[in-house]
Amino acid sequence: MTQTTNNAPERPEPDFSGDGFCLSEATRQKFGREVAKYPAGRQRSAVMACLALAQEEIGWLPPEAIEAVADYLGIAPIAALEVATFYNMYDLKPVGRYKLTVCANLPCALSGGVHAAEYLKEKLGVGFNETTPDGKFTLMEGECMGACGDAPVLLVNNRRMCGRMTPEAIDQLLASLEDGA
Amino acid sequence: MAILGAIRPVLTAGLQGGGLGGYAEDAGWRLEDYAGRGGYAALRKILADKTPPEAVIAEIKASVLRGRGGAGFPTGLKWSFMPRSLPGDKYVVCNTDEGEPGTFKDRDLIRLNPHAVIEGMAIGAYAIGANQGYNYIHGEIWELYQRFEEALAEARAAGFIGQNILGSGFSFELFAHHGYGAYICGEETALLESIEGKKGQPRFKPPFPASFGLFGKPTTINNTETFASIPFLLGMGGEKFLELGKANNGGTKLFSVSGHVNRPGNYEIPLGAPFAQLLELAGGMRGGRKLKAVIPGGSSSPVLPAAVILDATMDYDSISKAGSMLGSGAVIVMDETTCMVRALERLARFYREESCGQCAPCREGTGWLHDVIRRIENGKGRPDDLETLTHVAGNISGRTVCALGDAAAMPVQSFVKHFKDEFLYHIEQKTCLVPKEVQWAGSGFHRMDAP
Repeated sequence: MTQTTNNAPERPEPDFSGDGFCLSEATRQKFGREVAKYPAGRQRSAVMACLALAQEEIGWLPPEAIEAVADYLGIAPIAALEVATFYNMYDLKPVGRYKLTVCANLPCALSGGVHAAEYLKEKLGVGFNETTPDGKFTLMEGECMGACGDAPVLLVNNRRMCGRMTPEAIDQLLASLEDGA
Repeated sequence: MAILGAIRPVLTAGLQGGGLGGYAEDAGWRLEDYAGRGGYAALRKILADKTPPEAVIAEIKASVLRGRGGAGFPTGLKWSFMPRSLPGDKYVVCNTDEGEPGTFKDRDLIRLNPHAVIEGMAIGAYAIGANQGYNYIHGEIWELYQRFEEALAEARAAGFIGQNILGSGFSFELFAHHGYGAYICGEETALLESIEGKKGQPRFKPPFPASFGLFGKPTTINNTETFASIPFLLGMGGEKFLELGKANNGGTKLFSVSGHVNRPGNYEIPLGAPFAQLLELAGGMRGGRKLKAVIPGGSSSPVLPAAVILDATMDYDSISKAGSMLGSGAVIVMDETTCMVRALERLARFYREESCGQCAPCREGTGWLHDVIRRIENGKGRPDDLETLTHVAGNISGRTVCALGDAAAMPVQSFVKHFKDEFLYHIEQKTCLVPKEVQWAGSGFHRMDAP
């Protein structure tokens, strides 16, 4: 599916030493809370949440993190990898500090979604699946986010939904992210 | 997003609509607010009276509540399929994986009335004999997943969820499962696979979830709005709920109106209300322009020309008679600035991206459909392209494990059927009947000087 190219920022190398668990203790504890949602012996169910948590900590999902999740859950690495490749919010390559995913599907397009994406491309100087030279922004084209009434919509780092993305709103958002808000 | 209007509301009665401000500003969603509106009374009553599960299901059957997720299957009938007395684990699952273009109602229910969903699921569990449940929430709405988790914590603390609820001996554990970006997981068996920690690829049916569902156990899956309707329905009685709508189409329903209207948003209206009334609620056509077409039930439902939809009422039977489907109630409105080829290209791209890849007709066919539509849009259409489209769409329909194949084919078939002239013009003239700047203006996106 989507591939990210160029300019991804340098990030601290995860710690791959020790027991092979390259994630923080805090993340490990969150894993535990997710596993507890499912019946005994069904810990595989937590793989989606654990991968998301790992991605949240590292910024993307390097193979080592996928393996660490698989190890933690006691499942084959391929079982975690196939989940990571199937669901499109997982990033299997490094992305910028802020990943902006724009919806340009029909309902959004009727209210300027495509134009919002073009405006962002122009403003950031990158195309879809590309990262700005300073490593700050990665632009992605997303599929329906279920917020068509607020079109144009975009998602920041999978977590923050921004609606009514007029040129002014886009300018404001980018400025606030530039300031590290 | 917000709930912007209603006619005789039930699910959204007493709610503050939710503005464009941050979710932190939302009011009225907490347990005490819900209880203040009469919330949890239905669950309390059932547990206190030890109402037989059969009686609960009979009430729901009487209401003719039909599944709000898209298929419109009668909820009471679905619940009656559960082997209630079978020993062992059973599950109740809520489908909040709302990702069909045009649909954005369930997010507002989770946002503004999450306890109605929780109470509805608890009553569902009681009726079908389940003791555990999951709400599968769309990946892109992280903030509302957190909202639901918070509401769940309140319900647990108040004793509405957990062991021995209100001292009744009935136990029900409920958890939220966060999706991560796969439209196909809105298909109920793909959703179950996903909760099991696998790729979301639909299962062959039969067996249906009522006999082989989550972890292989009997499971009932309903849409968020369906569950949210349950407490209200039981509170007023099935007959009264039915009367809110029209025969065979009980109750009120949330409609997500998007596209070329002045006030896109969610509206709750009685089933059977005229389309024209819904359009008026949504502020009418943007810029006073002329209505061209409407997709009445989410991107998978066939498009209807203005003249047809203007005569229709918003209920399952009327929209079906008009040649489409009410689906999830996602009404995508298009005015005369819309290029239908471009519109279809957007939809075709979606199905190509979201096909799970399991069945060859869908995996390959959705790519073909998109490629051909894209080349027509780009002025490279060939004389026999419409025939190719019809042929490919026909070869996907009915030949796949799940309905995504049909969902990809239906828009193509209906767009080409109703707007054939526009497609032919594109192919012959190598350009669009609607000039690009007109389309741009219609989108309402005003471009500032180059940054």
